Amino acid sequence: MQLTNLTATEVVAGISARKFNAEEVAKAFLDRTAKLKNLNIYVHLDDEVVLNQARDVDRRLAAGEAVGPLAGLPVAIKDLLCVQGEPTTCGSKMLANFRPPYNATVIEKLKAAGAVLYGKANMDEFAMGSSTENSCYGPTLNPWDPARIPGGSSGGSAAAVAAMTAPVSLGSDTGGSIRQPAALCGVVGLKPTYGRVSRYGLIAFASSLDQIGPFTWNVPDMALMMEAISGGDPKDATSLPDAVPAYSQEIEKRPERLRIGVVKEFFGEGLDNEVAVAVHNAIEVYRKLGAEIKEVSLPHSKYGIAAYYIVAPAEASSNLARYDGTLFGHRAKDFSPADEAEKDLPALVRMMMATRAEGFGAEVKRRIMLGTYALSAGYADQYYNKALKVRRLIRNDFETAFKDVDFLIGPTTPTPAFKLGEKAANPLAMYLSDIYTITTNLAGIPGLSMPCGLSSEGLPIGMQLVGPAMSETALLQAARLFERETDWHTKRPNI
Amino acid sequence: MSTSANPPYTMIVGLEVHVQLLTESKMFSWTGTEFGLAPNTLCDPVNLGMPGTLPVMNGKAFNMALKTAIACGCTIPRYTKWDRKNYFYPDLPKKYQISQYDLPFSLGGSLPIPADKEGNGGKTIRLTRIHLEEDTGKMVHTSGQESEVDLNRAGTPLMEIVSEPDIRSAADARLCLEELRLTLRYLGVSDCEMQEGSLRCDANVNLHIDTPAGQVATPIVEIKNLNSFRSVERALLYEADRQYKKWKEDGLTISDAPKETRGWSDPDGITKLQREKETAADYRYFPEPDLLPVVVDEEWVERLRAEIGELPRERRHRFESTFGLSPYDANVLVEQGKDVADYFDAVVALTDQYKMASNWVQQEVLRTANADGISVADFPVKPAMLANLIARVGRGELNNQQGREVLGKLIETGAGADIDQIIEAGGFKMVSDEGPIREAIQAALASNPKAMEDLKTGKKKPDAVKGFLRGQVMKATGGKANPALVGQLMDSILAELEGGA
Repeated sequence: MQLTNLTATEVVAGISARKFNAEEVAKAFLDRTAKLKNLNIYVHLDDEVVLNQARDVDRRLAAGEAVGPLAGLPVAIKDLLCVQGEPTTCGSKMLANFRPPYNATVIEKLKAAGAVLYGKANMDEFAMGSSTENSCYGPTLNPWDPARIPGGSSGGSAAAVAAMTAPVSLGSDTGGSIRQPAALCGVVGLKPTYGRVSRYGLIAFASSLDQIGPFTWNVPDMALMMEAISGGDPKDATSLPDAVPAYSQEIEKRPERLRIGVVKEFFGEGLDNEVAVAVHNAIEVYRKLGAEIKEVSLPHSKYGIAAYYIVAPAEASSNLARYDGTLFGHRAKDFSPADEAEKDLPALVRMMMATRAEGFGAEVKRRIMLGTYALSAGYADQYYNKALKVRRLIRNDFETAFKDVDFLIGPTTPTPAFKLGEKAANPLAMYLSDIYTITTNLAGIPGLSMPCGLSSEGLPIGMQLVGPAMSETALLQAARLFERETDWHTKRPNI
Repeated sequence: MSTSANPPYTMIVGLEVHVQLLTESKMFSWTGTEFGLAPNTLCDPVNLGMPGTLPVMNGKAFNMALKTAIACGCTIPRYTKWDRKNYFYPDLPKKYQISQYDLPFSLGGSLPIPADKEGNGGKTIRLTRIHLEEDTGKMVHTSGQESEVDLNRAGTPLMEIVSEPDIRSAADARLCLEELRLTLRYLGVSDCEMQEGSLRCDANVNLHIDTPAGQVATPIVEIKNLNSFRSVERALLYEADRQYKKWKEDGLTISDAPKETRGWSDPDGITKLQREKETAADYRYFPEPDLLPVVVDEEWVERLRAEIGELPRERRHRFESTFGLSPYDANVLVEQGKDVADYFDAVVALTDQYKMASNWVQQEVLRTANADGISVADFPVKPAMLANLIARVGRGELNNQQGREVLGKLIETGAGADIDQIIEAGGFKMVSDEGPIREAIQAALASNPKAMEDLKTGKKKPDAVKGFLRGQVMKATGGKANPALVGQLMDSILAELEGGA
């Protein structure tokens, strides 16, 4: 048996049934990870730390102690989730030396569930990017075609699962950073309702949009992970206190209602034909399953990218202000005046300036500048406040649509994975790869991407299902319905 | 100090007061807020702004602030939110302060200025708003190149109270602050120790000057570094004088010059211009996405209103109307703090000698407590005992002087003192027998011929001479004679002497 081919559900069941132990599982994934080092998936991975956790699970199982529902399951972690005492760098030189003295709430929950915290997965610096090319550690390569990007910003987490170096992983999604790489790597990715999963210990990019979610091979694995990480948290005021449903049991039921809205605006200009065909085929699958298919419109979605690239950078400019060399992270060694103009500045100011100049990459700097500008006196009404109005209109669009339908369907991305470097020089083209995912973050509603085809070049294609706030159960049920009729979720890259 | 006794201007003052709330933990995290601990020992990942951490509102702090606003008669909007105020400074670990910008939790309201000793004044200052925020850390600039930062204070709940420019004198500014401090202490929301920084005040001041061409206003100055109520008063007097002289020199008015910030130097007794930033600060305020807005409903407000109890201004009024005290006496009892007024209330609950109770509490009790550096709540003679003593004086069992001496013994003895025993042992029985008093009076008259001469010739006022003679009688009787009887008998003896002559 090839342990690394197993789904999370199979891994957990196998360990529990003593078919194999947690250490064997950990070893199998570590061996495979070592062989696939060229993909640059992990930025920190300490084999001994992983093995010790696995051995501890085995010891507890042998002693008859209670182990959690994820006992022995390796989970790769996006490198912006704080793990106590372990490097947590956000793919940035700025935090290259940072080891948080606390765990993110999701990490605490995973530990409580018996999961084995696997390596820290590569990402675009501070989650800003759609290709993982903006990492200070260099890009992660797409397991389906190493000449291509895996998507981003959670490219490492998506590739970790797709390359079978970990059975599941956690990422974060601010504008599509889970769903876009999931689509491009042929795995399932869920951005939950804003507040469903605690953000405590998630190093913030844009606080009102960030949400943690899993990458898995299929819907049952997704349900398993969501059960473990969801729930209200006294440490996160924006988390929702609602009870966590037994997703794993619920998913096998048919959704109560199956009215699916096809979003007109998501099939317009810029959409690759193969992607359009694959999604239309998926719609037909649903039609055959008895779904009522309707065309719906989200008229303000065309302003989504514009609004997002004001709101997110505005929040980021504030969230990232703390990285100035005073308390933690990188501090410039040389901050002597760079030019005549800097001579009159206090040493402290020069230190902060030099630190930020050295520590941040180009995309992060670009967004800090964008956000600072959008919030500046005299411009805030024109940019930030207007973007908030657009955000409300987008939310209203979804609310209106959900009066008539239960889910929305569309492509996750306009194209399959693009080539390394293809869009690196053109930020706007890069931003457009999130065009179908970004509006759900602005509305705070859940979106799930799942495989629904392969392109003629053998690249995965993903479709997105979107539901109203807190509709995760129904969303997973609808996804599961599709999965039972198709085999796209069983496709593996040939590596 | 103002050089002119009657300056041709009106001082216009508005206050911005920062008050640290008396909570156990910080505004948005769990460490404590004690003053005076070793630097950077009250820190946690949240108030250090460490990556990934999130703020959570301290509900107790919010309630304390809300209580203050209710007590000041403010309007409590139903919806309030948090905002980020962004600026780079090392005293702010996150490089933004969580504050309230356009939708503070409290609008309007007022603060009373109580009447002064002469019974003058007694007006009301309008408040603009009150908002809640987190305090910053403290920069310590050492003599060398280095600056140090102590983040113990960072994140302490801080309430900012902004007044309208309704204050017209330095004395009123001080009175207004004293009343605010008293009110906040009554509410139990802050200890308001200016020396420890739990109450900090900036004052905005300018002058309205009457000229033949009409009224002109001088440029507004914000005074910082005011570290005591006395310095607030001194700084305003200094600044008014400075602004007037400057205006006479350069004639600049509010429309000619921007607002400037000056720091008060207490040892020098002057304000000094603080380094101005080259450009106006742009704080790039925006709603704090990590915290939820707060919806304050009627029920919430009413629940806190019920907890407030009697406020200082209400208590003064009750002391005047129920016990017949003068506004001055009522104010002294109230302004000394809640424990003093509570003590007085406990005494007058047991005796109807209100005026005497007021005098004794203001004099004997307060003087002794202050001299011993103890709070009136810890005063060794409890209110019931004082009421007992005052009642005896009221019934004429003891004269005033004896009463004071007995009180002295009671204080000396401390808790558990037996008043009957003290009176018995000290022989503090007032002598009201006519015989011995008559003898003492006659002896006093006989041994003071000069006084008798003065009475006859009218060289001195009769009352003054009689007072002197009564004093001699009291002295001769060891202070035990009934003073009323002494006066009465002396008058009749003198009348007899006069008639006989």
